[in-house]
Formats: sequence, C-alpha cells, structure tokens
Amino acid sequence: MWISLSYACWGISVVLALWMLYDWFKVDTTYSEDVLTSSREGELEAVSEKHRI
Amino acid sequence: MTTTVLEPAIHGDRVSLLRVLGPAHVWALGVGIVLVGEFTGWNFSADKGGALAALIVCWIVGLLYTSVAMIDSEVTSTVAAAGGQYAQAKHIVGPLMAFNVALFLVFAYTMLEVSDAILLGDTIVAKAGVEGLTHNSFIAATIVVLAWLNYRGVLMTLNVNFVITAIAYISIVILFFSVSPWTQGAVLKLNELVTPGNALPYGWIGVIAAFQFGIWYYLGIEGTTQAAEEVRSPARSLPYGTMAGMITLLIAAAMTWYVCASLMPWEYLGITYYPLWDAGKLTGSPLLENLLFIATLLAALASANGCINDAARAWFSLGRDRYLPSWFSAVHPKYRTPYRSILFLLPIALAFAFIADLNQAITFSILSGVLQYTFMSINIMMFRKKWPLGTIRRGYTHPFHPLPAIVLFCLCVVTFFAIFLGFGSQLIAMTIFYFLISLWFHFYRYKFVRRGDQFTMPWPKPQGY
Repeated sequence: MWISLSYACWGISVVLALWMLYDWFKVDTTYSEDVLTSSREGELEAVSEKHRI
Repeated sequence: MTTTVLEPAIHGDRVSLLRVLGPAHVWALGVGIVLVGEFTGWNFSADKGGALAALIVCWIVGLLYTSVAMIDSEVTSTVAAAGGQYAQAKHIVGPLMAFNVALFLVFAYTMLEVSDAILLGDTIVAKAGVEGLTHNSFIAATIVVLAWLNYRGVLMTLNVNFVITAIAYISIVILFFSVSPWTQGAVLKLNELVTPGNALPYGWIGVIAAFQFGIWYYLGIEGTTQAAEEVRSPARSLPYGTMAGMITLLIAAAMTWYVCASLMPWEYLGITYYPLWDAGKLTGSPLLENLLFIATLLAALASANGCINDAARAWFSLGRDRYLPSWFSAVHPKYRTPYRSILFLLPIALAFAFIADLNQAITFSILSGVLQYTFMSINIMMFRKKWPLGTIRRGYTHPFHPLPAIVLFCLCVVTFFAIFLGFGSQLIAMTIFYFLISLWFHFYRYKFVRRGDQFTMPWPKPQGY
C-alpha cells in the first residue's frame, strides 16, 4: 500500500506541476505585462486610511 | 478620524492581491507555520541542556517572541503591505536593510518549508517501515500540492491551514488530558525523570546552548505580517490574530513540554525526531498513537503551506519595488496571487529538499529568523523616534516601550551565541553571504529601483528631517 501511495504522490505532483505550467503560459499569453504587474504597494492604504489624528 | 473602506482594485483595470482574510486566517497563518515546532525541533534543546533547560528556554524564548509579536503588531498595523517586515524596513530604516530583511524572510520560510517537507516524508517512511520506500515522493507531493493550493488563491489556502492547524492543536490538548496531568505517577513520571541530579546536566551553559532549539517553540509567528495586504482590516486583524496566536502557542509549548518530559528521559527526548508521536506511543493507546502520527503530518503540512504563502509574498514585494526584476511582481488576474513568485520558489524548495539534510535546513531557517528579530528590535526604536505616538495612526500601540525592544535585542544576542556554539561555521558563512549580496545590491541592483515610488505610506516627514 505504501509503495502504491508513493507512486500516487509522484503522479499527483507531475499532474499539478504541469497544470500550473499550462496556466502560467495561458495567463502570460492572454494578458499584457502592464496589467499583470500593475499591483502597487499601499495603493488602497493611501486612499482608504486617512492619517488624520 | 474617518476611515472609508474601498473595494479592491477592479479586475481588468489593475490587478492587485485580494483583501479577503480575517483574524482567524491570520491566526491560522502564524500558528500554522509554528506548530510543527512542538511536534519536532524544540526537544533538541533537551539534548543541549537537559529537560529543565528545555523548560527554561520555553519561557525565556516565549518572552522573546512575545516582544516580537507586540512590536510586529504595532508596526504592521501601520505599514500594512505585503512583504511584512520588508515593507517596514524600507520605510523606517532604508532600502539596503529592506533588501536584507526580505532575503532573511525568503530564506527563513523556504528553508522551513524544506524542513517541513523532509519531516513529513521521514514520518511516513518511519510509520510504513517498508524496505525500499524513500521519502522523495512524499516530499515532492507536499511541496507541489501546497504550491498549487497557494497558486489557486489565498482564501482557500488559509481556510485549509485553519482546519489542519486546529486539528493538530486539538490533538495536543487531547494528549494532555488523556494522561491525567493532575496526577503524577499514574501515567506521568516527571518527579522520577527530572530530578535535581539530572535537571541541568551541563549546568547553565547548557541552558544558553538550548536557546538554539528553544526558538522552535515559536519560530515563524511573525509570518502573520505577510498577510497585511490581504486582510480586510489590517489595523484590527493583524494585532488580534498575532496576539491570539502567541497565546495559543505559549499554552501548546507548556503542555508539550510537561507531557514529553514526564514520559521520556532527557537523553532520549533530546534526540528523537518525534517527541509528541513518541509520547502518544508511550501512553499505550493505539488511538493516541495514530492521532499524534496524523497530527505530526498535519502540522508539517500547515507549516509548509504558510511558508510558501509568506516566502512568495516577500519575493513578490521585492519585484514590485524593482529590488529584483519586476517580472516577479505579477499577480494572477483570476486567482489574485503572486503566481510567478510561487512558481519561481517551487523548484528551489524541491532542490533543497532533495539535496539538503534536515539539520542544515533547520539551521539556515533559524539563523535567518534570528537575524530578522535583531532587525525588529532596532526597527521599533527608530520607528518610535521618527514617528512618535500621536504623529501617525497606529492600529495597535505596544506597552512598556522600549523594554520589549531591549529584551528582544538581548535575547537575540544570547541566541546568536548559542547558534555559534553549535553551528559556528554556518553562522559565519551566512554572514558572509549577506554581506556579499548587500554589496551586489548597493553597487549594481539599486540603480534599477525607482527611488521615489518605493515609499508608499502617506505619513508626515519623520522627526529630525
């Protein structure tokens, strides 16, 4: 049973790794680099938190 | 003072991390990373200084981490950004310190993830007892499945962490109450196993040496800050989740020591890889034995899961500020996770898990962690000096300043000495590594950074500038 579990672990790892690579490729070819890297630190904070004491 | 909550950045316009987490997720992240230390790691302090030394460091290191939690809660409730201590260092100390802190974070969490995966693989192999079965497949599955979970979204990742961390924690509570802790002699034999003659076999120097592994009782609780950009209310959730996590861990550490030191002689306790699983076996109950076996696996999973989350956010933040190529700062448009950072760190963790041994990985993780705590003690002093109370809005203000910072700094110095006693060459090698990488950053990489853009907090100018 443990040997079978070990093979199952390899199988799951390969399938999920391939899925992530496929999704990565799909996202990178669908969206522009400007959109994907558009996150900015503190953007929400600057607007939502009014630093008035 | 008015606070208006806005919706997250709109999909298709700008892609940002999702603000979907609450205090329970913060607790799950912090305690999830740490709890594996109760299942293995802390007990090596008994080998260094005896069972009583393991208890002494449990409380003293508990003091260190309580200081860490208080300081972290104050600064993070103000600097609520992914990257946690990295973002704090950038705003309060400066870019070079921030770069180093981010590397401390990535190293500490990646090496801890590697240690967790090795532990999980070894635990399954030990349970199976089948000739020819190796831990490699279990290590690969642990790292890849958890990376996939992190890739798919932070909410599900930390929901899973909450459930498995709670099960692992409850197993410690069940073990504690199953051995009649109020009655010595029935199951527990603390008075026979810890006597005045063997309590501190190496004297007080043994207590100092025990600090190196005493760190494992709480290592990683500061990881809660990495969720700062994804919690709905950072000023409330982060201090609440971090403090609740620290209280939870102090209770778990005390129960763990009491049960284990009352069931195993210090000579064995200090070398076993599975103190709680062994304690379950020693009760003679197959139910407890299996429960603690499963809890050991769950604790390792929860820790690795939280570590992937945190290391990826620290790496992502470096990319976003161009301290590393901005390519790493991509956010998945559907899952809203730093997917490239997760995928980049995945093969690195796998490589270390296959080639490094558990002791080396643990030592690198501890060293990076203690370097980070040393920074935090200096950081809070500068924070209070540059922006005294009343000048900016704080979600939480920690009491007794500067006492926690001084205590933290002193205990870090003692821990460095303890690490030097056990792993002096690794300590020196790592110091040289950080020195060289700092030179690279200062003389080469920093010219790519957009200097004005990296400081994002809408604060007044610091005092004295």
